[in-house]
Amino acid sequence: MSHARRSVLVPSVMAFGFAFLYVPILAMIGYSFNNSRLVTVWDSANSPTLKWYSALWRNQQVLDAAWLSFRIALLNATGAAILGTLAGLVLARFGRFRGRTLFTALTTAPLVMPEVITGLSLLLLFVAMEQTIGWPAGRGVTTLTIAHITFSLSYVAVIVQSRLAGFDLSLEEAAMDLGARPVTVFLRITLPLIAPAIVSGWLLAFTLSWDDLVISQFVAGPGSSTLPMVIFSKVRLGVTPDINALATLMVLTVAVGVVIATVLLRRQERRRERDLRLAAGAD
Amino acid sequence: MTAADNGAAIAPLSAAQPCVRIEGVTKRFGEFTAVDDVSLDIQEGEIFCLLGGSGCGKTTLLRMLAGFEQPTAGRILIDGQDMADIAPYERPVNMMFQSYALFPHMTVQANVAFGLEQEKLPKTQIAQRVEAMLSLVRLDGMAQRKPHQLSGGQRQRVALARSLVKRPRLLLLDEPLGALDRKLREHTQFELLGLQKQLGVTFVVVTHDQEEAMTLANRIGVMDRGRIVQVGSPRDIYEYPSTRFVADFIGSVNLFEGRLTEDEADYVRVACPELPAPVLVDHGVSAAPEATVWVAIRPEKIQLLRERPEAADNLAQGTVRDVAYMGDMSIYLVVLPGGRELRVTRANLQRKEEEVFQSGDAVWLVWDAASPVVGTG
Repeated sequence: MSHARRSVLVPSVMAFGFAFLYVPILAMIGYSFNNSRLVTVWDSANSPTLKWYSALWRNQQVLDAAWLSFRIALLNATGAAILGTLAGLVLARFGRFRGRTLFTALTTAPLVMPEVITGLSLLLLFVAMEQTIGWPAGRGVTTLTIAHITFSLSYVAVIVQSRLAGFDLSLEEAAMDLGARPVTVFLRITLPLIAPAIVSGWLLAFTLSWDDLVISQFVAGPGSSTLPMVIFSKVRLGVTPDINALATLMVLTVAVGVVIATVLLRRQERRRERDLRLAAGAD
Repeated sequence: MTAADNGAAIAPLSAAQPCVRIEGVTKRFGEFTAVDDVSLDIQEGEIFCLLGGSGCGKTTLLRMLAGFEQPTAGRILIDGQDMADIAPYERPVNMMFQSYALFPHMTVQANVAFGLEQEKLPKTQIAQRVEAMLSLVRLDGMAQRKPHQLSGGQRQRVALARSLVKRPRLLLLDEPLGALDRKLREHTQFELLGLQKQLGVTFVVVTHDQEEAMTLANRIGVMDRGRIVQVGSPRDIYEYPSTRFVADFIGSVNLFEGRLTEDEADYVRVACPELPAPVLVDHGVSAAPEATVWVAIRPEKIQLLRERPEAADNLAQGTVRDVAYMGDMSIYLVVLPGGRELRVTRANLQRKEEEVFQSGDAVWLVWDAASPVVGTG
């Protein structure tokens, strides 16, 4: 009886929850195929159509912004992956050094720091640096990339650190025992084993940069508008259907990145569980 | 290379030079002393077992031989060369880890080849040596598998092959059979002995399992709280334990406290309050008369009889309280009139049940004067 009630209740709660999360995005995706100029009027006679997507291809401003965002996201992801991996290594490996707690807190603080604050403080820093040492000259790709690395490296550091926390140190000792010097041990044993974590950190950093708006607003200069900034400024002048198409493409990009990152992390987790089971089962 | 040459020049090779010499080695972690002033010589071609309970310092000692830990005091010499400033990757020593530590992202072939690649050997030579080693441990045809596709016994053999393929002077084995089930252990034990004989490598084995130590080792060093308490052949350690700890730790034993009442050159008597009559021991003891001593009698050295035997000494009467039937033998717990319980084992030589004592039976216990071990430590 209560079982029957639950069997109705659970799916409907779930349906409501998913609707809450995804109806807005699905509506936007649906309207991106709308033929009408009016965003909220569905032209059932001539829809669906891909005309707004082809219109995007002819919009130089959008193409430039997309290319800029893509370049920044690539640079950011790579920079954040390298720095974040180093930070994760230090956090996981160097034991209890002086100031470890402080370093941990400082590394993870950007995760919860209000973006407005991060953006404003970075802007102030860049202006001050330009005045004193003349670099970075003006604001543009450089300042955007540095700003994005600043907040996304924390995510990489946390992912790499948690992978290293379950790392069997005897693997590195075994490699050393077999004659490998520390650099070889790192390149041939440690790095390949934490590579999935670094790759998923890289993808996460890429998507974080790809859709960042607030921090970019602060540190971008004239002529260096990222894709989210272009969308935002267009919407302020009124929503047009090509924005729906553009936003749909952005959602797609982010979804692909997040899905790959999740799959990598899941697979790695399963592998670790299997290794643990093997080790325990052998006893 | 030059370091090795220097070592050879300082201490020229001689027949008497041990493969490993440990001189007064101590290791402290903060306040805790893991290894306490250990000195030991291990000869070339020997299988030496470090045996002890958990936390006795045996693994720390092994890790110092491998170079993962540095002694706080003392020296370790391998082939006469001081290992103080030699990194783990430069030592003529390989180790087989308790967890095997196989590289999960590499095939069996790549795992075994890893050590040879570090020596920058030509590719064809590496391939040959890996193949030969894999067939030696009976893993031909497994070369392209990943570690997770192997059974526990196969993984153990990969670990062994990986540590032996570099032809080390000294192989360190950390609980080599610990992760295998009972049947496989017995089989692997003999395989390990065969390999060692064939390759002539010196083995240092760390284990908490006395059975493993007994079957593998030429000599056993029993460790307790960071110290080596006795070194000897398996038989010495079992039959002539030098301290109460060793007697109690190796095998099972009936231990009594007592007082020396008669102290002659060729025999002694020890009065034990828990036994009805003084124990007669047919060898002298270096202890003061009236000294407090311990007496140890192994369970298999006590005979169980229904009738009172002829013997005048080393007799006791009791009642069987419990019988544990193990197949090849049975363990009897016999209660003496004073309340003390004795452990007696007896091989089940007959199939018929009436030969076996039952719980509640009145029995006589008798043992030879050569059986008890007496000590003061």
